[in-house]
Amino acid sequence: MTAAENRQLVGYVRGLGRAKAAPSQGDRANGERLFWSKGNCGQCHTVGPRGGRLGPDLTAIGTSRGPDHLRESLLNPEADVPDTFTAYRRVIYMPDNFLQVRVITRDGRQITGIRVNEDTFTIQIRDSSDRVYSFRKDELHELHKDWGKSPMPGYRGVLSDSEIQDVIAYLLSLQGAP
Amino acid sequence: MKVLLTLFLTGFTLTAQVTYERIAAAASEAGNWLTYSGGYAGYRYSALRRINRTNVARLRPAWIYQTNDLNNFEATPIVADGVMYISEPPSNAAALDLRTGRPIWMFRRPLPGPVGVCCGQVNRGVALLGDRVFLGTLDGHLLALDSRTGHLLWDRALADYQSGYSITVAPLALKDKVIVGVSGGEYGIRGFLDAYDVRSGERLWRFWTVPGPGEPGHDTWEGDSWKTGSAATWLTGSYDPALNLLYWGTGNPGPNYNGEGRSGDNLYSTSLLALDASTGKLKWYFQFTPHDTHDWDANHVPVLIDAVFQGKPRKLVAVANRNGFFYLFDRQTGEYLLGRQYAKQTWAKGLDGRGRPIVIPATEPAPEGTLVFPGVHGATNWNSPSYSPDTRLMYVAAREEGTVFYRATAEYKAGSYFSAGGMRGIPGVEPSGSIKALDPLTGEQRWEFPLHSPPWAGVLSTAGGLVFSGTNEGNIFALDAASGKALWDFQAGAPVYAGPMSYEFEGKQYLAVTAGRSLMAFTVAEQP
Repeated sequence: MTAAENRQLVGYVRGLGRAKAAPSQGDRANGERLFWSKGNCGQCHTVGPRGGRLGPDLTAIGTSRGPDHLRESLLNPEADVPDTFTAYRRVIYMPDNFLQVRVITRDGRQITGIRVNEDTFTIQIRDSSDRVYSFRKDELHELHKDWGKSPMPGYRGVLSDSEIQDVIAYLLSLQGAP
Repeated sequence: MKVLLTLFLTGFTLTAQVTYERIAAAASEAGNWLTYSGGYAGYRYSALRRINRTNVARLRPAWIYQTNDLNNFEATPIVADGVMYISEPPSNAAALDLRTGRPIWMFRRPLPGPVGVCCGQVNRGVALLGDRVFLGTLDGHLLALDSRTGHLLWDRALADYQSGYSITVAPLALKDKVIVGVSGGEYGIRGFLDAYDVRSGERLWRFWTVPGPGEPGHDTWEGDSWKTGSAATWLTGSYDPALNLLYWGTGNPGPNYNGEGRSGDNLYSTSLLALDASTGKLKWYFQFTPHDTHDWDANHVPVLIDAVFQGKPRKLVAVANRNGFFYLFDRQTGEYLLGRQYAKQTWAKGLDGRGRPIVIPATEPAPEGTLVFPGVHGATNWNSPSYSPDTRLMYVAAREEGTVFYRATAEYKAGSYFSAGGMRGIPGVEPSGSIKALDPLTGEQRWEFPLHSPPWAGVLSTAGGLVFSGTNEGNIFALDAASGKALWDFQAGAPVYAGPMSYEFEGKQYLAVTAGRSLMAFTVAEQP
């Protein structure tokens, strides 16, 4: 291909991962307030410079997810747990699938959290209080990987239907770093 | 101090003559590493035992040499008479001081322009014979360098890189010739293996891995499909000096994922070739995956073992293949002796009495995708296995990974990618890997050490009772060769894409292996 054709192809492929800004019926401002207060979403998710690191960064979530997907994720977080493994991704320097793991150390400590990183001999884990642990696997009595599980609670019954609509409106407005 | 002074005054002269006889008897000078796999038999085994089960936990870096190129550093160093010879990506070479890793000379070859390569601008090592270092280049040349200075002595173009040929293989030097193969299996080349005169650089023979009109095997190709049949020869083979036979693997047929225009077995793709080293004539062949559509190259280092098999002393050759099966042959005759699945595979019910796969229907790539194990990178890949004559086990870096294969169409255009399809991973499945210890006389697994992801590093075994390898996550590690128990590991900070080797210098044994841009030499730290 020519250089121009390459650029066109790259542009097309990049566009495949971007959702068009969807119209939202909720109250964006109220959604933002709920996100950082009642919903406690910011404990685990980052928006711009603010928030926690236990779950995916949502700074640009409005560019890649539509309202139906976001609703499903809020009501049933385990419906679509992130997964990024592809045949040609030869090396994974940092896993970004937020795998939930549970370990029991040889001295009996139990820790549940998100896998931050892992190699053949070690694993690094971040727990819900944002503490990072690093273990050699031969120090562990048990290591469980909870595939398909998510530490995120479902929001049915926590937020009302209209509040969920507002949070979705806020999320859809997140289009990347300002 | 006296020892150091003596060594300093003695130094080394860089006038080593690494004769064919020395390489053929490499096992008798374990302190050196004279050819890609350590010896012609393809063992990647070191008879050194100073690093062993009792002290390997004290293995520490002695020095690190770094390239200034970001491509994968896939070379196995050659060590002879106090000097290390390496290739570096994309097509460079260097001689290093064994005490410090500092270069003694560097040879730099700029590429003439964009070179089409499927899998990175890499080079897997040099060959050494006499006072010459042999280097293949990405633009399809074979070079002879003066081992004392790195000066270019001759330069031969094997093929036109603009039509998709390249060289990534470490050449194999023997007698008066150097053997070199080509890459380009994703570019519709017609593969071949060449031999060149070490002094003059003249071509002595060429074996086309895709037979032309009138040659045996040509009728296994439909129409003109042989012209783009690929069957590249991109990994160093093995050699039996007594039989004067070369054992060399070939790659996928082209185009990779769509076999509709190339009906037939597509000889000699995905095969093990036994060639007369003097003439390049084919003595026998075995095709592992007839009419391959999953990119399962058979570019593996064949392992030549002499053993009693079923009551008879036999000269054997063993291959753990990308297609998920382990094979054993009589290397004199090519007789198929056994085949056994060694990793997950979902494409064959098994092998028939002659070793031909009994293919499960509907496992070919399809427009809507077909999930198959092993994946596109195979149950193992080019990364070397190792065979220990002590444990009589073969150690294989195995991959547990499936792929969804897609079939498409592709029009051949010289020098352009020609795969006619694609692939993706399986959602929700984290691929993994292992080091497997196989009994080569039965194919049975003796032990397995799990790895976090499918490995690209080769394996080294040693007389110290150890097996060394590396991981994509940067671990370099040692296992007990008898049990598979982990005894040492070191986080090098970048993926390991090469096979470890070992040598001796000033009374110490070293382990050398690349990780990221670094070539690291380890030795056992003195006890306080």
